[in-house]
Amino acid sequence: MGPGGLARLHGLFAAYKPPGLKWKHLRDTVELQLLKGLNAGKPPAPEQRVRFLLGPVEGSEEKELTLTAASVPTLTDHPLDSMVRNPRVQPAPALGSVRLHPWNEVTTWPRPILGAASFIEERDPVCFFPVCGPTFTSLKVGVGHRLDAQASGVLVLGVGRGRRLLTDMYNAHLTKDYTVRGLLGKATDDFCEDGRLVEKTTYDHVTREKLDRILALIQGSHQKALVMYSSLDLQTQEAYEMAVRGLIRPTDKSPMLITGIRCLHFAPPEFLLEVQCMHETQKQLRRLVHEIGLELKTTALCSQVRRTRDGFFTLDDALLRTQWDLHSIQDAIQAAAPRVAAELEKSLRPEPGTQQLPGLGRPWDSKGPSSGLGLESCAGH
Amino acid sequence: MALSAQQIPRWFNSIKLISVITAPQLRQCSQRAGKTLLCGFSAQPQMSSDNFFLQWGFKTYRTSSMWSGCQSANSGRQESNSARSTLLPSVNEQSQKTQKTPNFDSELSLEGLDDLPPLSPLQPVSEEEAVQIIAAPPLPPVSFTLRDYVDHSETLQNLVLLGLDLSKIEKQPDAANLLLRLDFEKDIKQILLFLKDLGIEDNQLGTFLTKNYAIFSEDLENLKTRVAYLQSKNFSKADIAQMVRKAPFLLSFSVERLDNRLGFFQKELQLTVKKTRDLVVRLPRLLTGSLEPVKENMKVYHLELGFKLNEIQHMITKIPKMLTANKRKLTETFDYVHNVMSIPHHVIVRFPQIFNTRLFKVKERHLFLTYLGRAQYDPAKPNYISLDKLVSMPDEIFCEEIAKASVRDFEKFLKTL
Repeated sequence: MGPGGLARLHGLFAAYKPPGLKWKHLRDTVELQLLKGLNAGKPPAPEQRVRFLLGPVEGSEEKELTLTAASVPTLTDHPLDSMVRNPRVQPAPALGSVRLHPWNEVTTWPRPILGAASFIEERDPVCFFPVCGPTFTSLKVGVGHRLDAQASGVLVLGVGRGRRLLTDMYNAHLTKDYTVRGLLGKATDDFCEDGRLVEKTTYDHVTREKLDRILALIQGSHQKALVMYSSLDLQTQEAYEMAVRGLIRPTDKSPMLITGIRCLHFAPPEFLLEVQCMHETQKQLRRLVHEIGLELKTTALCSQVRRTRDGFFTLDDALLRTQWDLHSIQDAIQAAAPRVAAELEKSLRPEPGTQQLPGLGRPWDSKGPSSGLGLESCAGH
Repeated sequence: MALSAQQIPRWFNSIKLISVITAPQLRQCSQRAGKTLLCGFSAQPQMSSDNFFLQWGFKTYRTSSMWSGCQSANSGRQESNSARSTLLPSVNEQSQKTQKTPNFDSELSLEGLDDLPPLSPLQPVSEEEAVQIIAAPPLPPVSFTLRDYVDHSETLQNLVLLGLDLSKIEKQPDAANLLLRLDFEKDIKQILLFLKDLGIEDNQLGTFLTKNYAIFSEDLENLKTRVAYLQSKNFSKADIAQMVRKAPFLLSFSVERLDNRLGFFQKELQLTVKKTRDLVVRLPRLLTGSLEPVKENMKVYHLELGFKLNEIQHMITKIPKMLTANKRKLTETFDYVHNVMSIPHHVIVRFPQIFNTRLFKVKERHLFLTYLGRAQYDPAKPNYISLDKLVSMPDEIFCEEIAKASVRDFEKFLKTL
């Protein structure tokens, strides 16, 4: 596998981070599994070294000595298996009848020591380099938008040259999809179920309409913030058309911007929200749930934050824990590569002022939440 | 070295040339004057000059040791000397060389003093002599890896062929020095034969010695005493072989220490002698590892998790690894199994395997079964799922037989967690 395997390993792929696992541990596990897979491949051909050996001159009557060059395998890079399986592969140079010092003899490897030849063949087929160690000892794996320990969902990882694409993804300011599960009636200090309980309230007065109204308010205010941070003058025609098509993006760092939020399921005390946002942290999403509870004149905490989409990586692309091995990751990288290239190129292309950008309705953005309240601008976010 | 060359006055240069050129001829057992000249000048009190001579002498020894056609008795010894001493710092090199120069000097004094003119490097040399001058690159005197010496040391090559992983051993400090200083015939062979007699197979020697290469510096008598002690405690030969294989450092423990540890386990766990023996044979690293985690885990089981002593004994005889498990993982697993899955103590005792599995596996499978409505862990009720079936099976079998769903469904469910 060796060099070929590594070549197919440059790029981006998505893993599903289960809840309770730190993102760093995930990254380390992926790196270890990749190294295991790479080191298990076929070893490269062993190195040879040239030694000049004394031997009698061919076809001379007197006992003259001359040097002959012979290519001898070194023991340094030699994997033990192939050495034993082909004991007569190395050529023995023509030495003639001169009895040489043992160090100058080209021995046919291996020299059997206590029956060494017989036992080594039974060893694992995993390549074993007894002197120089395994070929691959570290691999550069980077993580895209991080997820904290209690959150779960799609986590984008970049291997090798793919790490550069992570920066491009970051600069493209793509949105992310979350499903957030909330619980009415309690409030804790860190907005999670296992935090210290601060307050308990009733929630009988909460209805779906009230919730939807609050969510629409939130979406509207964040929309205004989005326009502000994108430094666009909405009075111009181009800006309006971009806004209608849902192409406004912030130019640089900004606080959390929610481009879309809606309620998927409401069964008090539980409710399920779908949030499309960018520049967020999971803690801010939990705080959002808490603030929705406050707006509803009750309290709420967040029981689950799950990322279902990160840019153009969806749940279907995410690899589960059982699939974190070399082959699955290579296949995932190869499958995602053309899509990644196309989308990043589109995102990072500078938007010309008056030119209509054709066919830029991004499929993942167009199926955003329909707020159902008739907001005029950016309904498609 | 360049510095010392400048320091040495001019008249040494002629001697220097003699030492280089006559040494090869020395190897051919011919008598030259240069040797006695060296003899005379080696008595000079100047340390720097001595060093210079010694260094030149060492170089010629090394190159000559790799030559063919030398039948001198020194060659074998010097070759092993050179292989051994290469990892020593340069200070020790001096002491090594001073050991060699007496040999040199003794040889020199045997020969008579012929008066040959000093040879110049520009003088033509005969073909045979030219062919026999080998200027191989010298071995590095100090190195961070054994790769540089493997091709030149018979000991190392034999060890590699045995299956030792030098790349792991050289990471330990002082290990490489120890290995290079060993002589295969004297030290290593005896220990290897002893290990073979003990019952360790050839293919297991490699992994054993990679872990415990220090056994080469142990005294063979001590090792035999320890094995005799184990036999006196009624461990069979096969048992001892298995213990030594699984816990390579066992034979490096003194008899007294082994005795203490066996006594500790018997007292702490309050098991019979036979059960202690079985326990130790199954997990011999209990004897070689630290005892603090074992003491702590016993307290955890008894006080924190609330198991009775006979329950703990039963669990430990089934899964000895529980004694050395991580305390935090133990408590987390027990917390989930007892409080979330509502499994009482007596059911857990029957399936101690649950403490040996990863917590995420238990959680995922339990949540899946709960989602399907099949999470039934009470033996009295129908559709009972035992804990070992929950954790010990691979995913496919678990999904098919226990959950009665497909692996795809399980994966989809996992992505909703």
